[in-house]
Amino acid sequence: MRVNFTVNGRPQEADDVWEGESLLYVLRERLGLPGSKNACEQGECGSCTVRLDGVPVCSCLVAAGQVEGREVVTVEGLADYAKQRAEHGGCASGACGTSLQDAQQWAAKGQDSQTGEGTELSPIQQAFIDAGAVQCGFCTPGLLVAADEMLERNPNPTDADIREALSGNLCRCTGYEKIMDAVRLAAARQSEGV
Amino acid sequence: MPANGAPTKITQGSKTKGGIGESTLRPDGTLKVTGEFAYSSDMWHEDMLWGQILRSTVAHAEIVSIDTSEALAMPGVYAVMTYDDLPTDVKNYGLEIQDTPVLAHGKVRHHGEPVAIVAADHPETARRAAAKIKVEYRELPVITDEASALAPDAILIHENRDDHHIGHVPHPNIVHRQPIIRGNADEAAKKADVVVKGEYTFGMQDQAFLGPESGLAVPDEDGGVHLYIATQWLHSDLRQIAPVLGLPESKVRMTLSGVGGAFGGREDLSMQIHACLLALRTGKPVKIVYNRFESFFGHVHRHPAKLFYEHGATKDGKLTHVKCRIVLDGGAYASASPAVVGNASSLSIGPYVVDDVDIEAIALYTNNPPCGAMRGFGAVQACFAYEAQMDKVARQLGMDPVRFRQLNAMEQGTIMPTGQPVDSPAPVAELLRRVKAMPMPPERQWESSEGADVRQLPGGLSNTTHGEGVVRGVGYAVGIKNVGFSEGFDDYSTAKVRMEVINGEPVATVHTAMAEVGQGGVTVHAQIARTELGVAQVTIHPADTQVGSAGSTSASRQTYVTGGAVKNSCELVREKVLEIGRRKFGSYHPAWATAELLLEGGKVVTDGGEVLADLVDVLDGESVEVEAEWRHRPTEAFDLRTGQGNGHVQYSFAAHRAVVEVDTELGLVKVIELACAQDVGKALNPLSVIGQIQGGTTQGLGVAVMEEIVVDPKTAKVKNPSFTDYLIPTILDTPTIPVDVLELADDHAPYGLRGIGEAPTLSSTPAVLAAIRNATGLELNRTPVRPEHLTGTA
Repeated sequence: MRVNFTVNGRPQEADDVWEGESLLYVLRERLGLPGSKNACEQGECGSCTVRLDGVPVCSCLVAAGQVEGREVVTVEGLADYAKQRAEHGGCASGACGTSLQDAQQWAAKGQDSQTGEGTELSPIQQAFIDAGAVQCGFCTPGLLVAADEMLERNPNPTDADIREALSGNLCRCTGYEKIMDAVRLAAARQSEGV
Repeated sequence: MPANGAPTKITQGSKTKGGIGESTLRPDGTLKVTGEFAYSSDMWHEDMLWGQILRSTVAHAEIVSIDTSEALAMPGVYAVMTYDDLPTDVKNYGLEIQDTPVLAHGKVRHHGEPVAIVAADHPETARRAAAKIKVEYRELPVITDEASALAPDAILIHENRDDHHIGHVPHPNIVHRQPIIRGNADEAAKKADVVVKGEYTFGMQDQAFLGPESGLAVPDEDGGVHLYIATQWLHSDLRQIAPVLGLPESKVRMTLSGVGGAFGGREDLSMQIHACLLALRTGKPVKIVYNRFESFFGHVHRHPAKLFYEHGATKDGKLTHVKCRIVLDGGAYASASPAVVGNASSLSIGPYVVDDVDIEAIALYTNNPPCGAMRGFGAVQACFAYEAQMDKVARQLGMDPVRFRQLNAMEQGTIMPTGQPVDSPAPVAELLRRVKAMPMPPERQWESSEGADVRQLPGGLSNTTHGEGVVRGVGYAVGIKNVGFSEGFDDYSTAKVRMEVINGEPVATVHTAMAEVGQGGVTVHAQIARTELGVAQVTIHPADTQVGSAGSTSASRQTYVTGGAVKNSCELVREKVLEIGRRKFGSYHPAWATAELLLEGGKVVTDGGEVLADLVDVLDGESVEVEAEWRHRPTEAFDLRTGQGNGHVQYSFAAHRAVVEVDTELGLVKVIELACAQDVGKALNPLSVIGQIQGGTTQGLGVAVMEEIVVDPKTAKVKNPSFTDYLIPTILDTPTIPVDVLELADDHAPYGLRGIGEAPTLSSTPAVLAAIRNATGLELNRTPVRPEHLTGTA
């Protein structure tokens, strides 16, 4: 079958999709977006977390056909998504999500850098690097998408709020302490307008 | 130049920004947070096929027949291979003993053993084709423990063993046995006022790295193959892969892909040979990616163990003797079992002074899943048992458990049970003091102005208690881990370092085969190069087999050994750069001949700080390159009868204090805090050091309260191969982990550093167990502890 949907603000068309394929498989193997990760492919680890019409989901549990006509944001589009949100007044109130209309108005910029140097990052991405929250990095994309979504809803989370929001994302390397630091850091920078 | 193994001091100033001791950030950080970092499962190639492995559905059976015809006939299937299709006489592989079949031949020895492989144009087609392969098994009785392995009529798991351990093991179903006898334990026992015996069980833990086993094999035009792979040791893989393919090692090119964690689980081969075989058979690139279910069958686990201990002590609190027997279940294939036995035995009494010991460790061959390397490697199981014993002895003596440990703590100069003197700092008592001195988390920490926050309580959002029945407990533990490969292994590493001017700036390039698995070796290599060569710009070349071996990313050894190799090669490059400088500019300034010269801030300077030349002018179009091997001090094998020998390179110590709260009615445990104190020698990158300690601590927490691969003792089949049923700690299960880092230099090691990755995994588990015992008063002689063990319903 053919699936048409929007990924990181760009219309995408995937052909010859077998009906059993997941959104994760289509992103990784058909659209060249392997940022969303395949750690368990059974909805337990959160490494494949993407936003589907703004809602964080495990893309391994979404059948590709279910995304027909819908909006997907992956880690590859997170920086531009966050930038767009900031330019549109962000979510300082803590009350909003991202409206579908807003989501449709932006497009991720391409990244060609081999080293990643000079890449513009979202606050949560920068905070993960600065706080030492990345080791092997396999959990990182899913955690970033989940943490970014939480900070959109709740810009001043307590530690218990952070733990609750990220409890669907497994990490095996860090013991989560540096991830906590990263989210606190992103929240602090966000509230300071840094 | 320092000789191999000689102490290598800091020979350069540390004035160059981004050098050792700073918390520089990961060079791969940006790629990892943008999703651009290419892990082994992200590889893609035009026209590539997908490989799939068919695995045995039973644990022990003769293979009567394999019929691949239906699978081969499926549209989209390019190849189906079984044992009969292997191209050479080399059909087995293995880290030390080549006992593992590439594909099963006549017999399967554990649940999930590879039987056949398929290549197809879609992963689902490959899966369906594999399912159409008909394998007829004739089942055999399963061997699952010591009793069944050594029974008079026991089937031999491996007949006709010819490995170098068969001569000294008491039974062919024992992989390796290491006794250690020192002093006279029976005689010393007579001096004991208190004798405590205990029997302990350690469950089978999985590394549960998040990046599944995966890789891409691309056939080369010269008949060779290029493998992009996630592994812990490229050259060890290469040595095992090439003979099976019938290719010289020069025709098997290996490049490290992004590695999604390892923790020991990538020391053995998984899909490497299978992908290469299918690629060479079909002439097309072949990608294999395990799913999580398959991953549980695709790598070795931590050895489950039975441990029998006897400790004696005088009433003033001095240990008189220790006897112990450690039985490790190695499963169907040897993997790293012999080395795990060496560690378990030599570290079996912990970081304590005991002159009279009688120790035995063995690893069994059984039909359980193969076990091998996992973070802590034999020392973890022992630490769980000896620390439980230390608490029991202290209780019998009426002594504070920390005080009792400190009274018996080893220090620099202590002689190990192996007769090896501990010849660098061993601050065991001090680590215990520090961890005990840390502030305690407040009582009833779940209370907030709006009542109980259930997220802070056992049971969490299940809302099972608001504090009723909740009891706090505190427990302590300390452990000892060896660093580096032991027992006489030639544990070297290689580094190629080049220095040249690029765009008007001096740049160093560091090329090693070190597997970066997340630990931050790439960060540290760049820091070492900056410190040693005084340049700001360092390029880390991708790891591959175009440079000599770096050894394994395991045994807490890479910062020590490959870090040491990078340091050594940088020093050699520096000497050459200075030679060029002397040749070109020596006549202009006498200091070139007389002063101690350093490279700092892109310049050649005297140790007095006088600038002699810019590196840009010294190099001026020339490049300097050195590839050199580096070795730490040699070690010796342990004597096979007495266990005596200077077997270890270095020791690493960590202590933990666990604070838990237990809902005693439901048997639910919440770990509130896991404080750690560790001596790291020298923190080359403090941020990464803390990250390693916290990560290792959390894996120890996991096996204390939740992680266990459950194997059915009747069938030897794995019952919980998924993240639904094999639980690892989430962010809700993991407490705050305050870390106190001590830096006492080891004069034998580069920069005085100490390998740090594993020690925190040792003491974390027994500290949590001690805290749960403290809260509940229960004996708890097994780990992990589950609710039924706390409620008497087990």
